[in-house]
Amino acid sequence: MKNNLRKDLKLISELINSNEKVLDIGCGDGNLLSHLMKIKKVECRGIELSQTGVNECVKKGLSVIQGDANFDLNDYPDHSFTTAILSQTIHAMIYPDNVIENLIRIAKRAIISFPNFGYWKIRRDLFLSGLMPKNSALPFEWYNTPNIHLCSIKDFTNFCDKKGIKINEFLYLNEEGENLGHLFNNFRAYQAIFCVSKK
Amino acid sequence: MKLKFETQKITYKDSFKLSSGREIDSCEIAFQTYGQLNKEKSNAIMICHALTGDQFCSGINPLTKKKGWWDILIGPGKIIDTNIFFVICSNVLGGCMGSTGPSTVNPKTGKQYGLNFPVITISDMVKLQVRLIDSLGIKKLFAVIGGSMGGMQTLEWASRFEKKVNAVIPIACSFRHSAQNIAFHEIGRQAIMADTSWKSGNYYGSKQKPKRGLAVARMIAHITYLSESALQRKFGRNLQNSKNFSFNFITDFQIESYLKHQGSSFVERFDSNSYLYITKAMDYFDLSSRKGGLTNAFKNNNLSFCFFTFTSDWLFPTSETKTIIKSLNTSNAKVSFVEVKSDKGHDAFLLDEPEFHEILGGFIEGQIIKQGI
Repeated sequence: MKNNLRKDLKLISELINSNEKVLDIGCGDGNLLSHLMKIKKVECRGIELSQTGVNECVKKGLSVIQGDANFDLNDYPDHSFTTAILSQTIHAMIYPDNVIENLIRIAKRAIISFPNFGYWKIRRDLFLSGLMPKNSALPFEWYNTPNIHLCSIKDFTNFCDKKGIKINEFLYLNEEGENLGHLFNNFRAYQAIFCVSKK
Repeated sequence: MKLKFETQKITYKDSFKLSSGREIDSCEIAFQTYGQLNKEKSNAIMICHALTGDQFCSGINPLTKKKGWWDILIGPGKIIDTNIFFVICSNVLGGCMGSTGPSTVNPKTGKQYGLNFPVITISDMVKLQVRLIDSLGIKKLFAVIGGSMGGMQTLEWASRFEKKVNAVIPIACSFRHSAQNIAFHEIGRQAIMADTSWKSGNYYGSKQKPKRGLAVARMIAHITYLSESALQRKFGRNLQNSKNFSFNFITDFQIESYLKHQGSSFVERFDSNSYLYITKAMDYFDLSSRKGGLTNAFKNNNLSFCFFTFTSDWLFPTSETKTIIKSLNTSNAKVSFVEVKSDKGHDAFLLDEPEFHEILGGFIEGQIIKQGI
């Protein structure tokens, strides 16, 4: 349990302060939440679509609701959490814009991570092979992928500009999950983590 | 009341005040316990039974000689492990398995209450359960668990007695009885009251009991506990005895035979008047009708909840539970919720549903660590 936390989740957990109240949307098997609960004494809640994921979470003693972030976030009152986390899930949402706006409504800030579709290898693969790009973060075929709203870092920052969403922090990661600098991030970064809030 | 079986009982000599304003003298509660209460009295679990259930949730039911209704979950080494927990299950107020109900002798008249028994509510049932744990010296339950009407009771515990319980597990239930549910109950009650042997509830002295009416009530209710697909899978259009239709009104189809069996075996163990009173209590249940609505019912609540629903349950559909969760989102409660895939309908909560049992076990394990027993 201690060291098997995915690198991007570890970086997210470092952004969380002690005693926060956190909602993890698409919390999977609850590894991040149980890490936060143990290490940072964070009050945790989760939403997860898959039954196997919810099973794992409940078994870990976490408070997790089986639900769909596309619809169920509407049911949460304003400012119920300090942080809402959406890790590697936004691109599978039916209404990503609605989800993001809900996140910063129900929490003071949202931490959103996603694979960068502007990554140079993705551009190269599409350019050279003419096929839909695949990698470890995007392992599916075009016909069975749940990832219906992929975006690049630039797409995301443009979206925040347009919607008046404030970007407080960002991390750009390489394939090894290591932090890259800001330089040519949309070209060099394999994935991105953004911390956003209302302006 | 003379019982044909043994059960534990406590009688309260003072009068027991009901939601209706009426009172019951010498109110009795019949119950069973399983396992040992620990020194700290921190390992007690209250099990709340459904409409036609009883206190024999584990082991062998001494009346039916069959396994207890939740024996699959409760016992030594089981999900609700009686080697760890002290399990309490009481017969509800208004029932016919030893707790005071319409078939009990009214101490004032020396005769069975019949319809002179006051109408009771889910709230009254839970108030009596609270008295029971007080009598047993338990300040706070480890958990309260129940399905269907038992689930309604768990919600009542959470709403009214949140300081007396740590974890709440409502299964296949709702915060209120829907119009459709009330409708089915009313048909059942009308079937009982249309039976000439019912005699306005005064049948206790006579040989003839309103068995036909109660059997029909049970048959109707039983359909609501199943699902269309489960019925089709189990019975289809299969014929009971012959290969051809009988062209008269004896039992042709297997489903007819099954329902008749459900009806006739039920009347051997249940009292018609109890059925009237308990269904009425369920119909009256509506946490959202209280002051401040559903949100207020769970205000400042910081209990741990684990809700379960079943996909094919049309009596208490998932949407009802989601409404409860929505209002719990505004409180500080720790809520888990799972919709279990099953085609067995409402009854799934009583049956072998591995997914349900696994998650329930996980939640209980988590609570053992959290509550430190």
